[in-house]
Amino acid sequence: MNIENIPKSLRTFPREKAFYFFTSIGNYTGVSAASLKEFVEKINEVNVKSLEFHLCRGDFEKWIAETLEDKELAAKIENLRSQNYLGAKLKEQLYNTLIKHYEKLLNKF
Amino acid sequence: MKIKNDALTLDATDLKILKALQEDARQTYANIGKRLGIAHSTVYDRLRKMERHGIIKQYTAVVDGEKAGLKSITALMTIYTDPKESERVAEELSKTPKVLEVYASLSEELLIIAKVVAENQEGLHEFIANSVAPMPGVLRIRTSIVTKKFKETPFSISNDADKLHL
Repeated sequence: MNIENIPKSLRTFPREKAFYFFTSIGNYTGVSAASLKEFVEKINEVNVKSLEFHLCRGDFEKWIAETLEDKELAAKIENLRSQNYLGAKLKEQLYNTLIKHYEKLLNKF
Repeated sequence: MKIKNDALTLDATDLKILKALQEDARQTYANIGKRLGIAHSTVYDRLRKMERHGIIKQYTAVVDGEKAGLKSITALMTIYTDPKESERVAEELSKTPKVLEVYASLSEELLIIAKVVAENQEGLHEFIANSVAPMPGVLRIRTSIVTKKFKETPFSISNDADKLHL
């Protein structure tokens, strides 16, 4: 398969395009993700405060839409944001949404 | 003033000139000379030498950004780094206009401490997320936003000159 046919959601990006997890303005956790696969893994690893911070700012859907260019997943995350989940419930919902989408992409390509 | 191996060693008169200049950098050589009891040509010669040797880095205006209506926020970043990359991180930060000061510090871990200005909190976050966090060797970052400034002064020659009983 030609690499150009692989969706960006399944690619690994250079560090300047990775997602960097913060817990508040300017406070970087040291956790980053350079691909959707890594992003899904890090959701379980990172402090839930960081998930709340980024979800409420719309950072996740922005990165997914602009870097991964995955409008479908971005819309799913945006929908999740409107549900106002917090804490462990948020982590669980976010993880489930991402892993389902990722596995669907893997089966397709 | 002594020059040895191209390095300048200042004497009491040089320090007095610097002290006078730090009080008011716009005063004339004649005025400084008159205050210190030396010829204006001496003041001129010594100042030129101190400029050439980088002791006087620049003549600048100290602007009160708030009064000038320039809205900005100041923050102090503590950047935890991989020791092998620390120097390079500090050098990269130093090239950035938003970063005003950069220091290396060793406590339990090797740290880079940097003072940064941004137009607002969003601009600060964007800068740190897009330009600092991605630097190789940056392990994590703690940022404190300054809410009130109690004192800020550049290095002053005054204290050293006083100690010399000039």
